[in-house]
Amino acid sequence: MSAALNIKKGSSKHSAYALRPNFSDVEETHTLAVLVDNEAGVLARVIGLFSGRGYNIESLTVAEVDHEGHLSRITIVTTGTPQVINQIKAQLGRIVPVHEVHDLTVEGPSVQRELALIKVACNGDKRVEALRLADIFRAKVVDSTLSSFVFEITGAPDKIDAFADLMRPLGLAEVARTGVAALSRGAS
Amino acid sequence: MTRQMTGAKMVVQALKDQGVEVVFGYPGGAVLPIYDEIFQQNDIKHILVRHEQGAVHAAEGYARSTGKPGVVLVTSGPGATNAVTGLTDALLDSIPLVVLSGQVPTFMIGSDAFQEADTVGITRPCTKHNWLVKDTDRLSGVIHEGFHVATSGRPGPVLIDIPKDVQFASGTYNGPKQARTSHYQPQVKGDLDMINELVDALEKAKRPIFYTGGGVINSGPAASQLLRELVDTTGFPITSTLMGLGAYPASGKGWLGMLGMHGLYEANMAMHDCDLMINIGARFDDRITGRIDAFSPKSKKAHIDIDPSSINKVIRVDIPIVGDVGHVLEDILKVWKSRGRKTNQEALAKWWNKIEEWKAVRCLSFKQEGSVIKPQYALQRLEELTKGHDRYITTEVGQHQMWAAQYLGFEDPNRWMTSGGLGTMGYGVPASVGVQIAHPESLVINVAGEASWLMNMQEMCTAVQYRAPVKQFILNNERLGMVRQWQQLLHGERYSQSWSEALPDFVKLAEAFGCKGILCSDPKDLDDAIMEMLNYDGPVIFDCLVEKHENCFPMIPSGAPHNEMLLGDVNATNAIGSTGAVLV
Ligand SMILES: Cc1ncc(C[n+]2csc(CCOP(=O)(O)OP(=O)(O)O)c2C)c(N)n1
Ligand SMILES: [Mg+2]
Repeated sequence: MSAALNIKKGSSKHSAYALRPNFSDVEETHTLAVLVDNEAGVLARVIGLFSGRGYNIESLTVAEVDHEGHLSRITIVTTGTPQVINQIKAQLGRIVPVHEVHDLTVEGPSVQRELALIKVACNGDKRVEALRLADIFRAKVVDSTLSSFVFEITGAPDKIDAFADLMRPLGLAEVARTGVAALSRGAS
Repeated sequence: MTRQMTGAKMVVQALKDQGVEVVFGYPGGAVLPIYDEIFQQNDIKHILVRHEQGAVHAAEGYARSTGKPGVVLVTSGPGATNAVTGLTDALLDSIPLVVLSGQVPTFMIGSDAFQEADTVGITRPCTKHNWLVKDTDRLSGVIHEGFHVATSGRPGPVLIDIPKDVQFASGTYNGPKQARTSHYQPQVKGDLDMINELVDALEKAKRPIFYTGGGVINSGPAASQLLRELVDTTGFPITSTLMGLGAYPASGKGWLGMLGMHGLYEANMAMHDCDLMINIGARFDDRITGRIDAFSPKSKKAHIDIDPSSINKVIRVDIPIVGDVGHVLEDILKVWKSRGRKTNQEALAKWWNKIEEWKAVRCLSFKQEGSVIKPQYALQRLEELTKGHDRYITTEVGQHQMWAAQYLGFEDPNRWMTSGGLGTMGYGVPASVGVQIAHPESLVINVAGEASWLMNMQEMCTAVQYRAPVKQFILNNERLGMVRQWQQLLHGERYSQSWSEALPDFVKLAEAFGCKGILCSDPKDLDDAIMEMLNYDGPVIFDCLVEKHENCFPMIPSGAPHNEMLLGDVNATNAIGSTGAVLV
């Protein structure tokens, strides 16, 4: 529980509540990594918490990451005031099958990646331009017809946004995104 | 001890191994195998309620008055959905419950089978945790884990949904010791740096106040003892929420009475003007804080709570301490004593002088005149005539509930059972039955309003069946009194649907149930009538006709700060401003 809240034992100065001024009105975006027992209903509990208490979910991904320990990792990107973010973390920590809650946004540098498949329908010069832009963004062509491409692109969410924006005038037809997976940098 | 047995037998075995003596329940198709096992043993007593909501409230009363978890058994579908109000009630008031529900067999789940409901789906947001057990081998482990979760950390209700084929199938039973221990182990010891910071604040405070809640009672009788020691040795004043009444004795010298929307003037004024607020096991509920931005503006605030999510949820605090109230109080006392038991005596004396001025307002005074009983008078007489008794009080929800909190005194924890967080009309009758089952020799009184009382009155049959001599003390104003009061204050006295019309003759109703009925309408007869109720060896329905349009004061109107209380009817009409009007 204390680990979940990032309260270091024996040291009051590290209370999660004291991390930043509470009750600031400025909304922040945070990426949370939540380690949970991979059991029936656990995702419903997490999502129910967000909808029941009126929190935002920008993106959510989940998959089992430890098959032996039956642990899944849920990565949630959420926005809120610092007070709301603290509440979200505390409320997540309260769910019985939740083992750990990490706020990757405050726990030091982290990497965030998302994968997207992007379909662009176009002809002539526009095809050339689409391929040129894909090259710049290191997007791969994973399907092609005479009148369309499907690109695969990975990166931080804003990179994917930028690529999709550029494709729009060229004939953006469909987008599928996985949502964010994130890890802290460094050895631990 | 691992043994092979059927799932149904496991349920009974696991309950025995958990020390369960009483189960409140109602049978049906999906739990027949479990009822068959209950039939074949004598260790666990099953109390047959008359409605599953009643089972849950009875278990809440049992739990709250004993400190043990309450256990409920219901069937699938309607049995489970009827339990939902009780589960929500227990969740909001942090009452430990283990609710077992039957479910259609696993191979029929999802087929809209007869009496199928998605019970774990429906109860997910109203339980602390719930499980659907699809494998008999896992059943005993889940039940033991259920007791662990319900009773550790911040207590709450859990639900275990057991399909009928899982009850029939055989599997391996594990005792509580063999059961897989879960990672769920909430922190009980408070951070020592923070405790030192709090002691520092205690030593310096000029205008301190303890503000305590149900968490003290949930922490156990030792926590109440430690609280008493801390309050009495520091000489600080103390107030409490509705849920915390009895943790500190009403006769104690530090006692200011309940705080909040219908709290005492001195308690709310002291909260508003204090310079150090020590919140112990309470949660800054909106009934307590009034207008948030005007809540106790000058104080440093400490908050002790076992649930980290309670801290900084509504009110920003300066000294947060996550931990069990009992453990933290013990450490506070240790540190405070070792540092020389210091307090700012001079400032405290001044603070008490101020408090005495507020007390002199005598905010609970009323005049009993004429031939109609004032509800306050009825409770004052009830208090007077039952004070020394081994007494437990339950209530329904409404004006009578607030008057009971104001006019009855509680000397010990676990003696006061009321629906605080959810405010569930219909709580009191079944809760009183549950309390009486736990304490057969004690005096159990349900202070009720006539409207609430009707909501679960079927449980009088349960009382009669099990010879539970509960006393139903109904303050009958023939009104949904609290609703009517708000309509007077907020909606220009347009009393829309707040009349209790076509009320039954409660005395005849009592006789029909096989209880004693008493009607009292004259203040002169009240004492004798109450004595008649107390002296009757069996359940009593006491119909006390009271003043119909009495309002409950003091009152902090919605949206107002603590120092703007209404003390009486003058200026009360339309007293709630437009910003307060949207609040409930
Ligand atoms: C189940 C439920 N429905 C509605 C309400 C709203 N409500 C709160 S108090 C009240 C009136 C209660 O009337 P009564 O039991 O006669 O008590 P009184 O206020 O008259 O003392 C109502 C309808 C509630 N609290 N619970
Ligand atoms: Mg009434």
